[in-house]
Amino acid sequence: MESQKKQFKHTIRENWCKGCNICVAFCPKKVLELRNGKVFAARPEDCIGCKLCELRCPDFVIDIEEIDATIKKVTDANQVDYCLPPEAHQ
Amino acid sequence: MNTALEYLRENRLPHIWCPGCGHGTIMGAVVRAIARLNFDKNKVVIVSGIGCSSRAPGYMDFDTLHTTHGRALAFATGIKHARPDLKVIVMTGDGDATAIGGNHFIHAARRNIGITTIVMNNNIYGMTSGQVSPMTPKGALGTTAPYGNIDRSFDLVQLAQASGATYVGRATTYHVPLLIDLIEHALQNDGFSVVEAMTPCPTYFGRKNKMGGAVELLTMLKDNAVNIKAASALSEEKLKGKFLIGEFVNKSEPEFTNEYAKMVEQVQRKFDTFQGGLRECEQNSD
Ligand SMILES: Cc1ncc(C[n+]2csc(CCOP(=O)(O)OP(=O)(O)O)c2C)c(N)n1
Ligand code: SF4
Ligand code: SF4
Ligand code: SF4
Repeated sequence: MESQKKQFKHTIRENWCKGCNICVAFCPKKVLELRNGKVFAARPEDCIGCKLCELRCPDFVIDIEEIDATIKKVTDANQVDYCLPPEAHQ
Repeated sequence: MNTALEYLRENRLPHIWCPGCGHGTIMGAVVRAIARLNFDKNKVVIVSGIGCSSRAPGYMDFDTLHTTHGRALAFATGIKHARPDLKVIVMTGDGDATAIGGNHFIHAARRNIGITTIVMNNNIYGMTSGQVSPMTPKGALGTTAPYGNIDRSFDLVQLAQASGATYVGRATTYHVPLLIDLIEHALQNDGFSVVEAMTPCPTYFGRKNKMGGAVELLTMLKDNAVNIKAASALSEEKLKGKFLIGEFVNKSEPEFTNEYAKMVEQVQRKFDTFQGGLRECEQNSD
């Protein structure tokens, strides 16, 4: 367990956002919101960097950048328990 | 920077797909899997047929082909046959792959030719405004089934498996990390690989069936998906109305272009000895 909380930077290409709400609805920490039909990071300090918004956005709008963090990369589908909520990996 | 963008034709974005259409998510998963494997862009060919899904190659920064409806696998077979060293990826819709292209699909699988096929299954013909496809669930509404679809739908995983595909996986655009992993594994398989990516078409499937928008459709995919590893522990009753996701087949079997090259070599050798024999006969005939 890390004693210091990791911070994440949200880069948003607003002109590509179609306001579909997918990233907002499924963010495990409710970080994102829509404003005038475009996404914005309302509570970036709550972000756990799961990158699910970046991966699910059909329009390549969001980039999540981890500030000073080592990225854990798991590639074997048989070794990952997808039933666990993403928070559990943190 | 977003890793996906390094493999996309950024000047073509934003794409034409509707808000919430999962085709963009699948395209992202494909390029992210390619990025992980660090493939040379000049050694990857993306081929598609016709449909909303088939527009994907237009945005992808590789050598790409947008062909005719249902025939992506036929074109891809030609490419793989001529240049076995290339990574050939087919991106196809559920209609493109299982209706008009159904025969190409089962025979490419039977041949085990080294092509990775991503079936972007939105359960409907999106581009032509919502006709039912062979993968529309029984009872669902479409413009050609205003009172509900009478036909049962294909289970693509079973179809691919029975036809001889050597890699078969299924995920959804809710389960993107799994989808990327499956595509990555599929790309590493030498033979014919199939990954079914279930995705919402909010504009036609969602609206026609009064199932709501992208978020509601994704929630349904989330709630009804069961990982194959968890499925064996569940009772038949619990699995009712659910569908399985995960890796179903991953095995190694002789690949078509390899077998073809071997055959050519064999026949050439035979022909050479035969010619030698002929010459011998000629010499002896006098
Ligand atoms: C030979 C031929 N028949 C019919 C069509 C019309 N057509 C275009 S796209 C399409 C269906 C596309 O559905 P699908 O493959 O599921 O892709 P989606 O649009 O849903 O992504 C049809 C029937 C065509 N273009 N060519
Ligand atoms: S990275 Fe995860 S927690 Fe952070 S905004 Fe995206 S979905 Fe939410
Ligand atoms: S998922 Fe993408 S397009 Fe949809 S609202 Fe979020 S940022 Fe915008
Ligand atoms: S019609 Fe359906 S499949 Fe086509 S772009 Fe719109 S949501 Fe996607």
